[in-house]
Amino acid sequence: MTVTVVLVLVIAIALAFDFTNGFHDTANAVATSIATGALTPKSAVLLAGILNLVGAFLSVQVALTVTNAVVRIQGPDGSPVPELVGDGGQALLIIVLAGLSGAILWNLVTWLLGLPSSSTHALFGGLIGATIVGLGFSGVNWAGDGAGLGGVVGTVILPAVLSPLVAGLVAAVGTWLVFRIMLGVAARFTADGLRWGQIGSASLVSLAHGTNDAQKTMGVITLALIASGRWSDTESVPFWVKAACAFAIALGTYLGGWRIIRTLGKGLVEITPPQGLAAQSASAAVILVSSHVGLALSTTQVTTGAVLGSGLGWPGAKVRWGVFGRMVVAWVVTLPAAALVAAGLWWLGELLGGGLPAALAISSVLAVGSALIYGRSRRKPVHADNVDEPWPSAPTPVPTTDRVGV
Amino acid sequence: MVDALVQEARSLGEVLLIALVLGAGLPALFALGVRALARGSETELAAGGVTVRAPAARPLGRVVAVVCFAVVVVVVLLGIAVIVAGGFGMAVSFEQGTPSLVAEP
Repeated sequence: MTVTVVLVLVIAIALAFDFTNGFHDTANAVATSIATGALTPKSAVLLAGILNLVGAFLSVQVALTVTNAVVRIQGPDGSPVPELVGDGGQALLIIVLAGLSGAILWNLVTWLLGLPSSSTHALFGGLIGATIVGLGFSGVNWAGDGAGLGGVVGTVILPAVLSPLVAGLVAAVGTWLVFRIMLGVAARFTADGLRWGQIGSASLVSLAHGTNDAQKTMGVITLALIASGRWSDTESVPFWVKAACAFAIALGTYLGGWRIIRTLGKGLVEITPPQGLAAQSASAAVILVSSHVGLALSTTQVTTGAVLGSGLGWPGAKVRWGVFGRMVVAWVVTLPAAALVAAGLWWLGELLGGGLPAALAISSVLAVGSALIYGRSRRKPVHADNVDEPWPSAPTPVPTTDRVGV
Repeated sequence: MVDALVQEARSLGEVLLIALVLGAGLPALFALGVRALARGSETELAAGGVTVRAPAARPLGRVVAVVCFAVVVVVVLLGIAVIVAGGFGMAVSFEQGTPSLVAEP
């Protein structure tokens, strides 16, 4: 009985994480299109939400081993490690619960600050933190299993450094080319062309996001089901799990993380349509190509790098380096911060003796924390109607000697 | 570890090269299409902020524009095929020259 309650809490909180994943990452797909006026804010989030939903349903492939990238709570086939399911799976469920709660709280904090940080890093950070306190340092998969570069180093740290560089370079070159080619063409042709180009590339990013990110939550929920003995097939995900995750991420995307959209579309670079097209195409290409060759890059960092690159690709463009600096801090801090919160929550549960009291305590802290952050956000709300207002501080012109791609 | 790093560097180089061709090349091609379209149907040409009348429409411009847009659309459709195939545990292989669906390695 108590296991069932704990399991229900895990599933609810996993869906809540999926929801924050959606609204945290809406910006990646639509921020530039909104900033350039290619799409109205409302239609942009509707498009992204629908494509995320479609993308999530398209991800038939089993994502059951998602936690294996960073922690050792599952075997290679996706089944939970035997030591953690002795008490009906509660030990594993509490680790997952604390991990997810840490990830949600950190996602909400960065959203409050309007910073585009990686939801995947938050999830992995939360799992790592809860695992370290729950199982010790050896429970974390630091450097993979020897076949290729995996673990925390290969799937988190390396891609985090590389994604913005690759995407930034591609976007800078793209921006320069598009500006160059369209120089002197009458605005009535460029305006329409650039608009459709941006809508197309934004759609690709949304679709790819749905297929990649919703899967992670599906994997976590299915792991919880297996650990508590409610599901035994390690080859597939129950349909209701897939449907619930698809709708959670799509709803989150549709509601839109307006604070982050504003930072990415207006704050970092005063983006123009050619830059929007170049940035979004670069993001789509880098995300698709890298996942095709099995190099997992963070969507958030790819997009941010691309927007920055589009700001460096043309002499007239301007970048707010202060905003960029805050983003970099958020990238670096996300994983350890989510880990710390999750570890603290797990400890709280341990003090209460684990099991149902632990699950209830962790859920309550999460609920209160989320409510406080939401309350704080209402003091200065950002929504569809004010997302495009001018940024308070002026951007710094890019020095002509320091531009990329020229 | 060293082998893994070398392999990672190689796949990164691969990603960078292909991403440059697709991520920067496609929007450039798209922009070329827009430019060609403008030339093809042009009655006015903005040069340095001054709008001047062009002599006549150039049909060739329209042809070039259509070709550019067609290439962009085909590549984008291929991109969607890659995403969808990935979801079903398949991959799009380019080894035979023409894209074909294969089981994911």
